[in-house]
Amino acid sequence: MIELNNVSKWYGQSQVLDACSTRVAKGEVIVVCGPSGSGKSTLIKCVNGLEVFQQGEITVNGISVGAAQTDLPKLRAQVGMVFQHFELFPHMSITENLTIGQIRVLGRSKEAALAKALGLLDRVGLKEHASKHPGQLSGGQQQRVAIARALCMDPVCMLFDEPTSALDPEMITEVLDVMVELAKEGMTMMCVTHEMGFARKVANRVIFMDQGRIVEDAPKDEFFGTPRSERAQQFLSKILSH
Amino acid sequence: MLSDFDFSVIADSLPFLWSGLQFTLKLTLTAMLGGIFLGTLLALARLSSVAPLATAATWYINIMRSIPLVMVILWFFLVIPLLTGAPMGAENSALVTFTLFEAAFYAEIMRAGIQSVTRGQVAAGYAIGFSYSQNMRFVILPQAFRNMLPVLLTQTIVLFQDTSLVYAIGAKDLLKASEIAGKNYNRPVEMVVFVALVYFVICFALSYTVKRLSRRR
Ligand SMILES: Nc1ncnc2c1ncn2[C@@H]1O[C@H](COP(=O)(O)OP(=O)(O)O)[C@@H](O)[C@H]1O
Ligand SMILES: [Mg+2]
Repeated sequence: MIELNNVSKWYGQSQVLDACSTRVAKGEVIVVCGPSGSGKSTLIKCVNGLEVFQQGEITVNGISVGAAQTDLPKLRAQVGMVFQHFELFPHMSITENLTIGQIRVLGRSKEAALAKALGLLDRVGLKEHASKHPGQLSGGQQQRVAIARALCMDPVCMLFDEPTSALDPEMITEVLDVMVELAKEGMTMMCVTHEMGFARKVANRVIFMDQGRIVEDAPKDEFFGTPRSERAQQFLSKILSH
Repeated sequence: MLSDFDFSVIADSLPFLWSGLQFTLKLTLTAMLGGIFLGTLLALARLSSVAPLATAATWYINIMRSIPLVMVILWFFLVIPLLTGAPMGAENSALVTFTLFEAAFYAEIMRAGIQSVTRGQVAAGYAIGFSYSQNMRFVILPQAFRNMLPVLLTQTIVLFQDTSLVYAIGAKDLLKASEIAGKNYNRPVEMVVFVALVYFVICFALSYTVKRLSRRR
């Protein structure tokens, strides 16, 4: 489903991704972790072309992200993305947030888009908030709406960039629950997160990044059992001790 | 002194003054709406990655902002008939000049507004599959506009006051109408005092609106 082949990226002189390669098969859930500044966000944003990269190749569903002839908006419409700070559109109601992409990008009718939106809002438990604006919801609720907004587009895979790290502790679970359910339904997911409970529960593989490099890419049990690199061991003991 | 004032002439000339005020308001509204529209296009051009477009927009904006408005008004009024061979009339000339001139100022406000929209919002728009123009239209410009509303209105107050400069080409706005009425009744001082009061009241009401708008956010 998602394939990265020796992807390297520079910001001017400084290299932020260094020959990253991995594969995410259909239905797989991959957790990406690593210290701050290690390139996790950059890596995941390269997957749907929000960031450009200078070397290597990324394909999503067989389509090359970096190729000049690729219709990027069309590709992005098939890849759901959830951000650390939700990024709901503050000037639109929840319903508009969920329908505008369906109507303007997928060309669905207003009625079909609304039906889809309400169905997904119901699924994340927020149907009664449909006519509110994002500012009227709590962080956890906003993030669940953001997940619903991405799902409205019927994506082939989902990217998450630290979806719970801007949330108050009591709201983390409600968002993780939605993500766990999604994973169990077979959604292909690439999640940057430090929620190791989530990783243990649903991840197939865990990727550990450090200084722009993929240092570890191992099945979950292997990763938590015997991480090979010293950096990964240090990192794990740090976040698990919390 | 004040007892010498004869304010009855104002009542008599109200209909005439009103016709002048109507043009002043028409000029303000046209230059505001046209200026914001053109200004937004200029801002997009200035921020564009197409270098010639960005350079042209930057030049236009900088030149307009460095020439006194009254000179642009005069220049346009005098030169355009020479180029087209037909005079376009003081009122029409003023409408066009003000729109073109104000566009440069609104452009800088809209540019700041566009840049005030966070990278995260821009990324979110692209992530659901919007093209550049869709992202501008649905995500960035509405937020830019909302963020800049108090500044846009403040610029409009300045614009409203500046409309009195059409005096220079004899277009009949509120100021010109008061001058004519003052001459007809031989009461220029009363007219000037009254008209100043009208400008003041309108500007004060607008400033008050701006203040309330910025406090609400
Ligand atoms: N726009 C940018 N310009 C320059 N450097 C950047 C930019 N964005 C990120 N970086 C750098 O790239 C590196 C990786 O950043 P990021 O992918 O955000 O890391 P992470 O998500 O793992 O915390 C960091 O060193 C960061 O400073
Ligand atoms: Mg990050």
